[in-house]
Amino acid sequence: MYRVDADQPRRLSTALADIRQGTASWRLAWELARLDLKNRYRGSVLGPFWITLSTLVMLVGLGFLYARLFNLPLTDYLPHLAVSLVVWQVLSTAFVEGCGTMTTNAGIIRQMRLPFSLHVLRAVLRSLIVAAHSLPLLALVFLALWRAPSAEAPQALFGLVLIAVNMASAALFLGMVCARFRDVTQIVASLMQFAFFVTPIIWKPQLLGDQAVWLPLNPFYAILETVRGPLIAGGADAAVWVAAVLYTAGFAALAVAFFARFRGRLAFWV
Amino acid sequence: MSHIKARGLSIDFPLYHLGARSLKKRLLASARVRLRRDEAAHEMNAHTTDRVTRRVGGEVVEDAAHRVVVSALRDLTFEIRKGERVGLVGHNGAGKTTLLRTLAGVFEPVGGFLEVSGEVGSLIDATAGLDVESTGRENIRLAGLFRGLDAAGIARLEEEAGSFSGLAEFLDVPIKGYSSGMQLRLAFALMTASSPNIILMDEWFLAGDTAFMEKAEARLTALVGGADIVVLASHDMAVIRRWCDRAIWLEAGRIRADGPVEEVLAARDAAS
Repeated sequence: MYRVDADQPRRLSTALADIRQGTASWRLAWELARLDLKNRYRGSVLGPFWITLSTLVMLVGLGFLYARLFNLPLTDYLPHLAVSLVVWQVLSTAFVEGCGTMTTNAGIIRQMRLPFSLHVLRAVLRSLIVAAHSLPLLALVFLALWRAPSAEAPQALFGLVLIAVNMASAALFLGMVCARFRDVTQIVASLMQFAFFVTPIIWKPQLLGDQAVWLPLNPFYAILETVRGPLIAGGADAAVWVAAVLYTAGFAALAVAFFARFRGRLAFWV
Repeated sequence: MSHIKARGLSIDFPLYHLGARSLKKRLLASARVRLRRDEAAHEMNAHTTDRVTRRVGGEVVEDAAHRVVVSALRDLTFEIRKGERVGLVGHNGAGKTTLLRTLAGVFEPVGGFLEVSGEVGSLIDATAGLDVESTGRENIRLAGLFRGLDAAGIARLEEEAGSFSGLAEFLDVPIKGYSSGMQLRLAFALMTASSPNIILMDEWFLAGDTAFMEKAEARLTALVGGADIVVLASHDMAVIRRWCDRAIWLEAGRIRADGPVEEVLAARDAAS
């Protein structure tokens, strides 16, 4: 049964129903995400482990060089770089690939009525599977330096939840905006490159000295720090947690509001 | 009880990605004339005389936000009850496929009311929904998942669609390695493997080779026979006469005639 009355659009309830249905079909989203990866790496020997390998190369190369440049002990710098790089990769992939959430599914969107949130869930699960391939790398770094993660490490799970929510918001919001305005994809790609350098990933927050208090203004820093802090620095500041939660909630609200307003136009955009 | 109800249904199709600004300039010169003529035609409330309505496609106009939009469907009111076989006829761009997609729930109307009751099976686009990077078998599985089948249902679908398409060992080859005929066989096998209450069909399925179409015929007949409602868009009047008992003649996004097939087709012949 499908009923739509243009005089009474009831946009919010339709959007929420869409999100509910999409979440309920997580099994389908999971299968689609697995199939995406299978196809992306078809014929490749290492598959998604290529990302792990390239991160490893970057880690070793940058690790030795920048520890020297910044005059930091390797045992201190390497765990910072490893966690930062891995988390950044997850965030950056979520934003850049999020732009294609809807356009890559144009065929199926124009063929049958499915919840749009299904495509969002598919993108998030796909990115999470890819991210999981980098975990051995973190273990390797901790093992190589013979150093245990800090006792607050379980708090990083909350950070992961925040990251997952942001991934979903990015896939939903950017997926829609980029379907309508194709230039945004390019803008997002260059912004992420810019953000990589202004966020403490290859450099450490301490290098900023007194000015480091302003860092939580950078959303990427706040969200990154909710995982990095607990893992290697004995927890994150309260300011960081507050900022990260606010950014995440704000972005999610923006994504859902935009979705509710323009859901009906999306099929025309792709 | 399957039925389709539409009241004042309108769809505007925005033209986004083809340089609307330059297009706008071009249109401004002629749009005013077109609009005035169209209003005149509307006032006469008859589609008998003028040549204006014989143009291909919907009206290209500018909406309130200065976007260039094609008003693809305008003010359609109709009702389709259980047991009806409806043929959509009209020129290219008259709105046939747009109407099918709207009935499938893909395009959301900008005006009017639409109610579709019953499980919809859309056979609109043969290859949409097929993933060309994946193998035939994976695509069958995918189609099953999209329809919400469980593991047993998917196994049945694989068995049935696999044997019907006659693809044999090609089932394990990615679809991009298929010939277009093979793709069509698979798409046809997949789409006809379910038994929805409402079938929305575009004419693509007639494109198979003769040997396959003979085999497909029986299956299509069974599918159409089992459905409560069939809506079929085609340019081929023989197809419309054969499968349908009611025809809706669309022109420039409006219903020009609606009734028994022979009456509508006769009116259409008389007009051209």
